[in-house]
Amino acid sequence: MAESKLQTMNMIEAIKDALDIMLAKDDNVVVFGEDVGYFGGVFRATDGLQQKYGKSRVFDTPISELGIVGTAIGMGAYGLRPVPEIQFADYILPAYDQIASEAARLRYRSSGEFNAPLTIRTPCGGGIFGGQTHSQSPEALFTHVAGIKTVMPSNPYDAKGLLIQAIEDDDPVIFFEPKRIYNGPFDGYHDKPVQPWSTHPKSQVPEGYYKVPIGKAAVVQEGSDVTVLAYGTMVHVSLAAAKLSGVSCEVVDLRTLLPLDSQTIVDSVKKTGRCVIVHEATKTSGFGAELLSVVQENCFYYLEAPIERVCGWDTPYPHAQEWDYFPSPKRIASAIVRSVKELDYE
Amino acid sequence: MKRSKPLSLHVPEPSTRPGDKPDFSHISISQAGNANKPSIDVCASSIRQLAFDLVRVLDDDANAVGDWQPNLSKQELTKGLTAMVKTRIFDERLQMAQRQGKTSIYVQCRGEEAIACAQKLALSKHDMFFPTYRQQGLLIADDFPVVDMINQIYSNSKDKLGGRSLPFFYSEKDHGFFSISGNLGTQFSQAVGWAMASAIKGDNRIASAFIGDGSTAESDFHAALVFASVYKPPVLLNVVNNQWAISSYQGIAGGEAANFACRGHGFNIPSFRVDGNDYLAVYAVSKWAEQRARNNLGPTLIEWVTYRAAAHSTSDDPSRYRPIDDYQSWPLGDPIERLKAHMIKLGIWSEQQHQQLEQQLTQEIKAAAKQAEANGTLKSGPHPAAEELFEHVFKELPEHILKQRQQMQEQQ
Repeated sequence: MAESKLQTMNMIEAIKDALDIMLAKDDNVVVFGEDVGYFGGVFRATDGLQQKYGKSRVFDTPISELGIVGTAIGMGAYGLRPVPEIQFADYILPAYDQIASEAARLRYRSSGEFNAPLTIRTPCGGGIFGGQTHSQSPEALFTHVAGIKTVMPSNPYDAKGLLIQAIEDDDPVIFFEPKRIYNGPFDGYHDKPVQPWSTHPKSQVPEGYYKVPIGKAAVVQEGSDVTVLAYGTMVHVSLAAAKLSGVSCEVVDLRTLLPLDSQTIVDSVKKTGRCVIVHEATKTSGFGAELLSVVQENCFYYLEAPIERVCGWDTPYPHAQEWDYFPSPKRIASAIVRSVKELDYE
Repeated sequence: MKRSKPLSLHVPEPSTRPGDKPDFSHISISQAGNANKPSIDVCASSIRQLAFDLVRVLDDDANAVGDWQPNLSKQELTKGLTAMVKTRIFDERLQMAQRQGKTSIYVQCRGEEAIACAQKLALSKHDMFFPTYRQQGLLIADDFPVVDMINQIYSNSKDKLGGRSLPFFYSEKDHGFFSISGNLGTQFSQAVGWAMASAIKGDNRIASAFIGDGSTAESDFHAALVFASVYKPPVLLNVVNNQWAISSYQGIAGGEAANFACRGHGFNIPSFRVDGNDYLAVYAVSKWAEQRARNNLGPTLIEWVTYRAAAHSTSDDPSRYRPIDDYQSWPLGDPIERLKAHMIKLGIWSEQQHQQLEQQLTQEIKAAAKQAEANGTLKSGPHPAAEELFEHVFKELPEHILKQRQQMQEQQ
């Protein structure tokens, strides 16, 4: 394969590039949502696309999440490949019935006669003083639904490759975009200046078409003593926490939550014997509970310490207490250290 | 403002309850032939009255009158009548099959046969219908093999849907019949999206959406109307007002304050209130809306005024909430009887021919039911494989589901 030329991109640019490539490649791809058309999106992820592809390919919609997803399902049934946007993951719930009862089950209930090849893009996550309704991480509401794939990239390279893969996937995909890392890899040190993506190797994005497989995790840092499972913004915070802890951590970026790459997780935990699970979403019945059970079921005889979970507290996402809520490098590092200490008691 | 008495909540009540004499005086009924027929490029605001009148073609003497008379041929009329009679006999047979335990549940569309049958025959083969569970006439009018419908209802070894779906939740893409969902109203906005897709691709196919009076209260109804109003896709928005949503009369859905057709005017969508038991009116208004949609003039909303003659489903007993014999007094009569009378009046049909048709269709459906029964019923005989339950969750079976399938096999 010929080496493609690399470009430096942030997450927004990578996502826009993926949409641009797919709009050009496949006439059936359509992009729509609130403020997505003329204006180019409140996060600029669709900037210039309407001008380039026309109003019948990229367009604004009424403020109706259920209408956006409902019409997208109908378009999918016709044979289009819709890429609707929900402005904030916090506002995906009006469309939950259409996603969980319809998109997720259309293939199943029609024996594959109809399918819903949608990619629902939606910015998620906190760390931006978004308060209760601009910070949520509702991924567990979707991983619990049979028939949907759930993806969350943590860097520009993966964002572009995974989005292209998601659009080409014939199953419905919820594509969560952690808005905190749109412009730079945030490591949780909120009192320090944020680095732009250009200083990070994963901002080097090949020009043109390429894919990152759905269902494959990435070991972003190898280590020997603890496995840290994270996704989205928490990948970067976990790397900072690993450093802070001084422990040799293997940090796994899940990238896809469903279908989950259990093999990579299990291989890592069998090697390290310990596991810390990190996510921004609330703890109880969060996706971390599923990860915990996968590790417990598959690595029981290899575990040297209880599996730790560092998550958002079981409260709505607060405003003023942003940094008390958001899992910090310190909180994660404490869990890592605790996990290692358990071994020392022997 | 001075408050004279304490506030009180208004909870609408139907005009009659069990034991009462049926009373339909609240249903406003225009005379047949009175409603004018506008041109298909009409602006919605100029035909506001048609959302309040009742478009009717067949008068009380079984004559076809007025501008909406669709001038159907003998062959077309016979086809329509046959489809309706077949739908009713099919329903009766499957109602009985449920009572015999051959399936878990069934819903009849008794009294509403004209709506699905006439509209199916007014549209084209490549158009897509987004039905509810009470438009079985769409398949029957399309000469869909009834044995396959029964295989699905019985969840047997020949059920195309592998036993995964409830009875009568058919999916027949090649017959323009979208996969039925149990979640009410969801298909209404999906139909609008399908029509938008057809417009995006510069196609000439149109979509037809169905919803019942009760489900118009779902948010999907509003979303569909907004999107239809904004993008003007080629879609027919059908509201089947059969007066009842299980035990709730249509007033509980908001029908007491305003009818369902007039809601279209808030969205500037041309809207009609039509006699749903008048095959000719259903055909004519469907054809009008079809022509409007096909010519890129946008959506049409149609309220079909009809009556749910049978129970809501085999799990329902309507005698607990409405007069037992109320359908006998329904002022719009029975769609089959009315078309039959019209055809007899035209001299192209007779009681004898009708009886022969009924006998022939009864035999046909009996034979199909027998044939389906040989493939198994829910209770006995060949079943879909247990492994079928894992199929079609995703296009390809992911590892975690594959493991669960293996677990199931090991544990059996």
